[in-house]
Amino acid sequence: MTTTAEQDRALAAGQAVTMAGALNQALSDALSEDDTVLVFGEDVATLGGVFRITSGLAEAFGQTRVFDTPLAESGIVGTAIGMAMNGLRPVVEMQFDAFAYPAFEQITSHLAKLRNRTRGRVELPIVIRIPYGGGIGGVEHHCDSSEAYYTHTPGLRVVTPGTPADAYVLLRQAIKSPDPVIFLEPKRRYWSSEVVSAQADVPLDRAVVRRSGSDVTLITYGGALATTLEAAEADDRSAEVIDLRSLAPFDDETVIASVKRTGRAIVVHEASRFCGYGAEVAARVSEQCFHYLEAPVLRVAGFDIPYPPPSLEEYHLPNVDRILAAIDRLQWRETASVVQAAG
Amino acid sequence: MATSPMTPECLLPGPTPVALLDAAGQAIPGDSLDMPGDQVLLALYRMMVLGRRFDTQAIALTKQGRLAVYPSARGQEACQVGAVAALRPQDWLFPTYRDSIALVARGVDPVQVLTLLRGEWHSGYDPYDLRVAPQCTPLATNTLHAVGMARAAAIKGEDMVALVMLGDGATSEGDTHEALNFAAVWKAPVVFLVQNNGYAISVPLAKQTAAPSLAHKGIGYGVPGTLVDGNDAAAVYAVVRRAVTAAAAGAGPALIEALTYRVEAHTNADDATRYRSREEVDSWLARDPVTRLGEHLGRRGLLAAAAVAALEAQAEAEAAALRQRMNSGTRPDPADLFRYVYAKRTPELRRQQHELAAELADLEEAGNPS
Repeated sequence: MTTTAEQDRALAAGQAVTMAGALNQALSDALSEDDTVLVFGEDVATLGGVFRITSGLAEAFGQTRVFDTPLAESGIVGTAIGMAMNGLRPVVEMQFDAFAYPAFEQITSHLAKLRNRTRGRVELPIVIRIPYGGGIGGVEHHCDSSEAYYTHTPGLRVVTPGTPADAYVLLRQAIKSPDPVIFLEPKRRYWSSEVVSAQADVPLDRAVVRRSGSDVTLITYGGALATTLEAAEADDRSAEVIDLRSLAPFDDETVIASVKRTGRAIVVHEASRFCGYGAEVAARVSEQCFHYLEAPVLRVAGFDIPYPPPSLEEYHLPNVDRILAAIDRLQWRETASVVQAAG
Repeated sequence: MATSPMTPECLLPGPTPVALLDAAGQAIPGDSLDMPGDQVLLALYRMMVLGRRFDTQAIALTKQGRLAVYPSARGQEACQVGAVAALRPQDWLFPTYRDSIALVARGVDPVQVLTLLRGEWHSGYDPYDLRVAPQCTPLATNTLHAVGMARAAAIKGEDMVALVMLGDGATSEGDTHEALNFAAVWKAPVVFLVQNNGYAISVPLAKQTAAPSLAHKGIGYGVPGTLVDGNDAAAVYAVVRRAVTAAAAGAGPALIEALTYRVEAHTNADDATRYRSREEVDSWLARDPVTRLGEHLGRRGLLAAAAVAALEAQAEAEAAALRQRMNSGTRPDPADLFRYVYAKRTPELRRQQHELAAELADLEEAGNPS
């Protein structure tokens, strides 16, 4: 992990930085820009977080604004709510996806609902950062894709970056948002790197077309983005890749326009298939694009199993071959004509 | 005292609850706490009389079908009024659904107190007007909000204390543990007031905890615990006032357990005869908090018969006004369902709002054929 100052220079010089570095820079810039921003959670101050995302922040901004808390996730989110009621903007870290579950009641019963409960009088500009998903050989409880729990809760924004550049700008936007944001960080992409612009103007709630294509739309996000892009490159057909970025609210406009053009769609995510986020995407696409579709909307997802142990996780995670196989199943005309000829 | 150097012993509650008045309203000598001044005692009495009349009116409104549900605070007037009177205007109150009398004592409009229980909206008042958080329904979750509010005040250098109310059942919830721990580690200016009314719906305290008292739990967190007679408004006021003053001076949090009794059932939907005896209820009615303070004031010549009559007339007038206003309620606008989910409505919520509006327009057309 580089220091904040080194990253600053790297960003300014247009050098590549990692997603971890971009997130660190975003926190640092937010703390500099707005005195009401606080960063707290387990091990975030002295250690700099188990993934070092908050490295150097306590030294730079002091232990009043960047601090370690007792080890209790409901306590972290519950006290963040009280602080936000008193005008502060907490950015809290849950150490791992499954370790956020003790905070579930505070998130769903209060964080998501207090604005509505008070007819807009109580505003909770809180960001909950959660490293999520697998692919790093983590043991049980360290690899969950928990997005659907949050996207099913009205009142929350759920955002997940797939690239370092987006990680920076989306986290800045999330901290500025007047709504609570569940910020899901795909931990297996923490060490991917690219040039990051601090000036990019990306809205918090829009998807982006990562790769243009005309035959099929691959809809994905977070940790599955890189795999999906790889599959798109490997396929002979022209695949468009959409990175959703905002899982809630959902950017219908970008997705629907693409699928109406291509006529075929596949959703790719790591999370289990049953009642997974892809089910909502497939339903929305089917409802809004039915007469444009040449084939059913398919899902390439994790199996409906508890997350596997590290030695078996490669069998669970969607890979390039599974995405290519799904593309092949989309009732292409040559297949249709073969069927007709056979009949 | 909370400000003395911390030894394990000074975190423990005394062997008996702190009390300033006995059940007959006689002053109890010898306690370290001073009896509140006459004006404070009169104010406590006044707020308890008005609060009790509000409570009986709310019960009546429930029987008439005007409220969806009402959890009565009858019997707990001394806890709720004593605590609220001990707060300063800049302090925050974090109440539960059973703290209606506390809200009325704080000055929240009675109709707005009942908005939630009437089923009109989830909360009826602006929390920032009188620094009262929305009535909290999930147990113990508000303890953490109070700690966060208080911690933020300390960070910002504000002179403010947060008082959170919870019940005996809520002390079993994990959030109470986390809140006491966070508050102590942060030395946050928070007062935890546990109204131990004997029952969590039907479950008695003996099935809730094996601790010697709920106030004893404080020592495990490094928080001083105090046990107080919760039917003695003077004692509750004095104990909470001491805790608020100490917290404001930087001494950190305090845990207060007020021993009281829920005279009514859990709510109108509950049948308390299934789990407690008439004799038990009667024994607590004999320790009534309003009568107790009234006796004391009368004995000291502070409460003339004319003043009592005037106060009762005021309580009746307020109850009549509440009845009147509850008759003329308006239905909330269905469009409000979509307005406050996010700071700005999302495209999807705008679409759904139009969907509902079209449905309602169709219904109206069908109901009013032109």
